[in-house]
Amino acid sequence: MAAENSKGEVNDLRRMTMIWVVLSVVADLLFWFLVGPHVPPGRMTETAVNNQRTFNVLLVIALPVLIGVWVYLGYAATMWSAKREGVAESVGGEGARTNRKVQVWWIALTSVIVIFLAGYGTFAVIAEHGSGGGEGPNPVWSPSGATQAETAALSGSSSWTPGHVLVVQVIGQQWKFTYRYPSFGGFESDKLVLPVNTEIAFNVTSLDVIHSFWAYQLSVKADANPQLNNVAYTETKHTGNFTVRCSELCGLWHGSMYNFGKVVSSTDFMNWASTTQSANAANTANLPPFAWTYVPDANGASGGWYPDGTVTPYSTVETYGSKTPAS
Amino acid sequence: MTISAERPTDVVASISAPPPSAASSWTQRPGWLSQHLGTAIVGAVLGYVLGHWFGNFVSSSYPYIANSGQNAIADALGLSVGVLGWLLGIGALNYPLAKMIGREGGEEPAVEGWSKYFRYSLDHKTVGMQYIVGVLLFMFTGGLLAMAIRTELLNPTTHVFSPDTYIKIVSEHGTIMMMMATSIIVGPLGNYLVPLMIGARRMAFPRIEAFSFWIFVAGYMVIFSALPFGGFPTGWTGYAPLQTQAGPGMVSYLLGFAVIGLGMMAAGFNIAVTIINYRAPGMTWSRLPIFVWSILATAALLTLATPVLFAGGLFGLLDKTIQTSFYVTEHGGSSYLWQNLFWFFGHPEVYIMALPGFGIVGEIMPVFTRKPLFAYKVAAAGMIGVALLSFFVWQHHLFQSGINPDMRPLFMLTTELISIPTGFIFLVGMGTLYKAKIRYEVPMLFCMALFFNFLIGGVTGVFLSDVPVNVTVHGGFFVLSHFHYTIMGGLLFAFMAGLYFWLPKMTGRMMNSRIGKWHFWTMFIFFNLTFFPMFVIGLLGQPRRVFTYASNLQGLNDFSSVSAFLLGISFLIFFANLMWSMFISPVKAPANPWDSLGLEWQTANPVPPYNFERIPVIMTDPYRYSEPGAPAFADMGDGLTQSSSTTSSDQA
Repeated sequence: MAAENSKGEVNDLRRMTMIWVVLSVVADLLFWFLVGPHVPPGRMTETAVNNQRTFNVLLVIALPVLIGVWVYLGYAATMWSAKREGVAESVGGEGARTNRKVQVWWIALTSVIVIFLAGYGTFAVIAEHGSGGGEGPNPVWSPSGATQAETAALSGSSSWTPGHVLVVQVIGQQWKFTYRYPSFGGFESDKLVLPVNTEIAFNVTSLDVIHSFWAYQLSVKADANPQLNNVAYTETKHTGNFTVRCSELCGLWHGSMYNFGKVVSSTDFMNWASTTQSANAANTANLPPFAWTYVPDANGASGGWYPDGTVTPYSTVETYGSKTPAS
Repeated sequence: MTISAERPTDVVASISAPPPSAASSWTQRPGWLSQHLGTAIVGAVLGYVLGHWFGNFVSSSYPYIANSGQNAIADALGLSVGVLGWLLGIGALNYPLAKMIGREGGEEPAVEGWSKYFRYSLDHKTVGMQYIVGVLLFMFTGGLLAMAIRTELLNPTTHVFSPDTYIKIVSEHGTIMMMMATSIIVGPLGNYLVPLMIGARRMAFPRIEAFSFWIFVAGYMVIFSALPFGGFPTGWTGYAPLQTQAGPGMVSYLLGFAVIGLGMMAAGFNIAVTIINYRAPGMTWSRLPIFVWSILATAALLTLATPVLFAGGLFGLLDKTIQTSFYVTEHGGSSYLWQNLFWFFGHPEVYIMALPGFGIVGEIMPVFTRKPLFAYKVAAAGMIGVALLSFFVWQHHLFQSGINPDMRPLFMLTTELISIPTGFIFLVGMGTLYKAKIRYEVPMLFCMALFFNFLIGGVTGVFLSDVPVNVTVHGGFFVLSHFHYTIMGGLLFAFMAGLYFWLPKMTGRMMNSRIGKWHFWTMFIFFNLTFFPMFVIGLLGQPRRVFTYASNLQGLNDFSSVSAFLLGISFLIFFANLMWSMFISPVKAPANPWDSLGLEWQTANPVPPYNFERIPVIMTDPYRYSEPGAPAFADMGDGLTQSSSTTSSDQA
């Protein structure tokens, strides 16, 4: 390309570079200051803030790449079109076939960008305790106090005071999410209420097929797998409402599998939790003991496999965590 | 005296004479008494009835089947024996069966005229044409289903379909399109062009090649049979345990993938062997047309990745029929096994779809820029690099699934690394355009569009591979838009470029250029208007495969839907053009309408059954455009050893 340094050639490249620089700077600035602060998932939790920042950093790098290629394509398409008057004939030969300098620069530049992005992503994942994504049953990046809180939750000796990690279990089933609070006697609710300024440890599991717990504004997403505890962390920063949707196809009513949760002050949360704990006490007594996963029985939610061949309607009361087959 | 005249390659003299045969058997009768599509359909129906009956006979008294109202064993056996009957009916098994009982397999009779397209043809050019009809049929079906999806999404609360019907449509659309896309370029253009481009008279394994096409059609019918069976609710990814829970339509899905998988392995194996062993003298690796490089990389992926899909489908089939528990967690299996097997195939699969597109633009751009392909070796290296790396990225589909968290940085790195060799293709394209005198024929327009679309698809892929961003975009419309940009915006645009470019060679008829430009602009504009809003829809929180969504997203969804309908119309323009230019008002194509230096344009038109009267001798690098005095690419034995008309001024 740049092998023969004629004057016209330099002008072409210089013109493209100038257009590219101007457009890139304008686009990046506009994006960073006007759009960036409003990019989903917002700023309700620490993971949301960080994931938003990562998205913005990626886009600020991506925009010049997009604009660079587009400017080049647009320039080539108009300036070097055979329809244009006075366009020089194509020149073949060795110079048109290869140019080591350009090739090396291109490969070096793309490699540097890509490796920087991978490094930055890795840093963000580690610093943010998994960035709100499901880390599986043995999270390697967890906030301080999380392990103790989870151990306590399982042993039934858990209680929560403001400022500590709150363990919440998310149970997916066709087609709803329910939530258990081990720190409050293990009651189960179809409402997700969280205290503000608190590190939350979501322990996500499923009773039947794979769902995905996606608390959109919290920037938490973790697949709900049967018989697996998938842990995701976030720290709430602002009060408000958020949406929970299932983001893994789970059958017929997948599209309707959503509900709403809210982040409230610690006092309000304590009031809600203790009220619900006592109101639900009779139901809680029928629930299986708090565990990370629950094994559905033969009559239960795994569906299709009925030893006696009869299809019994799904019943939460009879089969939830029970170990004896219904038939 | 030319180089190839000195070589002892025989002139194929009696190409129209029937090949010598020991004994004429019933397989060799001419006309309707022999084997063709009709006998294949009869075989398939008989096979299905027989297999279904046998399955019921064997298993209907099993306790878990007796009162369940469904018998997956009968369904699976019906479809399997149906496929077997189809293969018997078309004559795919005549030769191997004859060999098995120790007889010399009879040659398939050479059939002239249009009826050869309905038979088990061993001519790679016939197979290529058959594939065109096959993939267009696939694409038409999948496209109609896409229209249905966008119709349902016009309104978040008023529904056209029941959720049950909707999820079946979504699943069927995804699966049919994915299956179609594995073959859309390798099948029609790969089979037709590879032997012509490497100077071979035939494929290495013509029977395996014909098998790959006819089993592809069988796979289409098997996956389509899911609808009369009641559909399947899992989307094209077929995740267990939903897969285990699903009804009989799931059998069609699992068996369909296994059947298509057989075809993909066969096609890949045959094409790879052909490219490695059947190159004309002088066709060194550094002289191989870039399209052939892309098909070789794709063939390697087809051969190596598809067995995993085949095994995965088989495991699922066993789970559904005889109650094994490969994917049933509570019986010792793992739903992760399916996710890993599926994506271990599934990610190389998306490069099976991307690479041939890169090959097509690499092949076409030099013709319309009258310049050599820039950085040829980098292009070939990019394709090999993409193919290799594609085996090491599959867990990025599982970032939020609860896999070992240590794996996430690794797969983030490998996934982002793959954008380096993909970037090579952009370097090659942009370098080829540099200071060229670009002619905007329809194929070139599609090539330019590919770079525009694939750039968006590729860059959003980097967002998806970033774990923190993945939390927001995984499983939503963002990823949906991303892969439509790569597969439809890349592969399908390349396929269209290839059709407009090579149909004159394949059929001897030109595609109408004016309707072609209408087709291009409507497809390009409405493709982008359909899918770009989906990035925003996804970021605003709409998950995939939902039939209801937040009411504030209705405006964007409606915009996307209306654009999708107009995109559908652009395909009607394409079909109209195809019908008009091929059948209604055909215009005879010149021998080399684009003035390409490619070997495929140097042989006679229409291409004789054995492609080259003499095997050509390759004398130099490909793409020596605008290079006065350059030697001709190949010595065809006709005495022409100087390249003719290679500059843009010769076009006038």
